[in-house]
Amino acid sequence: MTEFLFFIEVVVGGLLAGTMYSLVALGFVLIYKASSTFNFAQGAMVFFAVLAFVGLMELGLPFVVAFFATVFLMFLVGYCTERLVLKPLMNQSEDTMLMATIGLGFVLEGLAQAAWGVEVRRLDLGIGDFPIPWIADSTGLFISALDLTAGTVSIAMIIGLSVLFKYTKMGLGLRAVADDAGAASSIGIPLKSIMLMVWTTAGIVALIAGMMWGARAGVQFALVDLALKALPVLIIGGFSSIPGAIVGGLIIGATEKVLEVYIGPYFGGAIEGWAPYVLAIFFLLYRPEGLFGEKIIRRV
Amino acid sequence: MTEERRFPIGDSILELDHISLSFGGVKAITNTSFKVRAHEIRAIIGPNGAGKSSLLNCINGIYKPQEGTIIFKGEVLSKINPNFIARKGISRTFQNLALFKRMSVLDNILVGRRLHETANFIEVALQLPRAKREEKENREKSEEIIEFLEIGNIRDTLVGKLPYGLQKKVELGRALATGAEILLLDEPMAGMNVEEKREMCRFILKVNDELGTTMILIEHDMGVVMDISDSVVVLDYGKIIADGPPDQVRSNQSVIDAYLGVAHD
Amino acid sequence: MRAQPIFMTFKKSDVVNFVVLMTLAFIAIPMTVQTDYWYTSILIPWLCLSLAAIGQQIVMGYTGQLALGAAGFMAAGAFACFNLVLRVPDLPFVGALGLSGLIAAAFGILFGLPSLRVRGIYLMVATLASQFFIIWMIDKFGWFKNYDTSGIITTQDIVIFGKSMTTPMEMFFVLVVVVTVLTLLAMNMARGSTGRRWMAVRDMDIAAESMGISLLRTKLQAFAISAFYCGVAGALFAFTYLKSLEPVAFDIKLSFKILFMVILGGLGTINGAFIGAAFILLFPVVLNTIGNNVFHGSIDATIISATEQVVFGVLIIVFMIYEPLGMAKLWDSIKQRLFRKESASVDAPVNQAGVGK
Repeated sequence: MTEFLFFIEVVVGGLLAGTMYSLVALGFVLIYKASSTFNFAQGAMVFFAVLAFVGLMELGLPFVVAFFATVFLMFLVGYCTERLVLKPLMNQSEDTMLMATIGLGFVLEGLAQAAWGVEVRRLDLGIGDFPIPWIADSTGLFISALDLTAGTVSIAMIIGLSVLFKYTKMGLGLRAVADDAGAASSIGIPLKSIMLMVWTTAGIVALIAGMMWGARAGVQFALVDLALKALPVLIIGGFSSIPGAIVGGLIIGATEKVLEVYIGPYFGGAIEGWAPYVLAIFFLLYRPEGLFGEKIIRRV
Repeated sequence: MTEERRFPIGDSILELDHISLSFGGVKAITNTSFKVRAHEIRAIIGPNGAGKSSLLNCINGIYKPQEGTIIFKGEVLSKINPNFIARKGISRTFQNLALFKRMSVLDNILVGRRLHETANFIEVALQLPRAKREEKENREKSEEIIEFLEIGNIRDTLVGKLPYGLQKKVELGRALATGAEILLLDEPMAGMNVEEKREMCRFILKVNDELGTTMILIEHDMGVVMDISDSVVVLDYGKIIADGPPDQVRSNQSVIDAYLGVAHD
Repeated sequence: MRAQPIFMTFKKSDVVNFVVLMTLAFIAIPMTVQTDYWYTSILIPWLCLSLAAIGQQIVMGYTGQLALGAAGFMAAGAFACFNLVLRVPDLPFVGALGLSGLIAAAFGILFGLPSLRVRGIYLMVATLASQFFIIWMIDKFGWFKNYDTSGIITTQDIVIFGKSMTTPMEMFFVLVVVVTVLTLLAMNMARGSTGRRWMAVRDMDIAAESMGISLLRTKLQAFAISAFYCGVAGALFAFTYLKSLEPVAFDIKLSFKILFMVILGGLGTINGAFIGAAFILLFPVVLNTIGNNVFHGSIDATIISATEQVVFGVLIIVFMIYEPLGMAKLWDSIKQRLFRKESASVDAPVNQAGVGK
């Protein structure tokens, strides 16, 4: 029985940690939906946002002020990206855009380090990374409070964003743009402001993801590598699906934890580093469009 | 078409036998059968969305028909993929230009010589005799095609930089370079002016006359079709509604009906 | 316009370039450059990384497959070479080098398999698996490191015809020979039928297939050859530059660096690999020199490395917008402007074609 409990614990821990990948993936999906651009810089945005946030807090700004200042900063990032990168590259191939966003990622990482330095910073959200006593007492499961918070926040964001897309004007506009940018702008949907809003939203998502990651592992450059794991998440879930980002994150989170705990010891551990990517390859072989993506049909 | 042909029209070389193709429940081609005779110019016409390109894509192995077989020179084409079909001796051009945009005109045509290259990459890397000899032969052959199509002045230009009409010509050149027995031409004259169309017709007839290449072409311009084709298949909604020599097809009532009120360019 | 068809044998300008470069490498540089610094910190890593960049160029620039795992293959080559020299006593160094390349090529084929199903970022993620997996494997299995627990293993001496190559200049000569031979082979492939197939697959895969090109064979071949070049480059990088072996030296950052060399240098050109490698390698050196000499070290090292990152990032964006063909293309344009005569014959047909627009 205790073994089974332990398994449950591993899975739940993995699922909750997976929601953190989902958060990074979510920002990716937003931008992909709006502009069909694979924003490789999303991971860098996570790092940039949370580093700015922590940096501003260090300057003595209160939590809320620092939060909104960072949101404004991410708005500026979105604005500059739209003006300086996306617009000049309109109608270029996907690969070109992808490479440009790799460049953008480097710019953001460099700027963040130039402004705030490279040392690891602690981020205390007042939520401990330790088991919640009452859950441990009542069920015998050790589940971290931080994991649970991250999970809750992710789910809240997904619901919030889904509602935003379904029922607001911005969401409607976004879906029109995603469908056919040219047609959307010809019927008067303001392409530019929609893009800006999407990039800002992606920035906020990045900030929240960064806060969750930062509270766990410290705010540091390694976040960028962690954020890379959002890529296999996207492959599993599909690049254009919000629920896909969540489910993909959960699958990656749970699988890598289970593999690490049960298989890892036979190979000296640390298979978490590559397991998600190999898992993604298997998904690619069987379902290249992802669980929730639309089937890709190439016309000739 | 009345004068003596160097390659008189022969027996059936390609046969489509009860081909059906659908995309997720939508029928593109329904139970279609027709034959193509050796050395003839066979036109496929029909309104937009009649399934003409899909038909070519089936012959060429890009689409896999759910039902039916394709028989080439008495042999059922067993594997349906473009590479296999190309090796059997069927080449093609595409409706929306499928050239190698970042390669020069000469290189594009040289790619058409692919099936005449047998040297592997090690031989090429070390420039062993076979690789050298083949390269020389294929370049000579490609130069002949360039000369034939009168595009010598653009031989080193990147294809992506060429105007549309010239690109169509290069694509014909690439298909010719394969030395295939059958050429599938998907709207070789789309978007061309009268002058360019006339020129393209001249090339098509010249190829057919000098090399005896069998051609299957899709074309919207009825004038062109009537002028150059030996026989015509008319498709509508994925079904054949007429099949025969041009003048016979032209007077066919169901063909006239299909075209009435249908806007086409 | 040329009246006669040109054959693939090298053009006059190629021969001239070759002679000039060889004179530089074997006479001019050894005579003028005496300080070890130039060899150990600039020329040696430049040649190694250029070779890796050629590998990346083959798979990405020529075949159009967005792969991001060059450093993984380099690691495979480096550790293969170490173990071959260690465990196969009579194997000459050049043989070990070639075998290391082949071992890396095997990994290349394995991790190139996803390219048969996917492209773009999907493929990039799949190739990241190779990066992380290979490094992990080397790290976790003691055999690869000869059960060395210190973490850093010293590489063996390079022995060629019984002579140990130990001085930086000797190592430089070894590199020049290997890199020259492999570059010539790569150029032959790129200009010949092999390269045409790569590019055809890159530009329009369905048309390539319709011409009788097997996508499976062409893509896997490109991955294998690319990984071979990376593997040899990795072995040389370890034996001549790092002089030690540790998996961390081949992490994802190095893969990104090599990716940048190819993007900035110019996709689809062999020259671009060398130009890109030189730039990526020299720019930080220049930046540091400025930091030390102009600002006398008053600038924090963090700022310098951050500046480096920002500049690389900005340059990538700028090149993507204004000159997707990179520095090699810029260099060509400059050359054409300098030697008007040559440019006239090249430009003429382009202009003629342009009239029809």
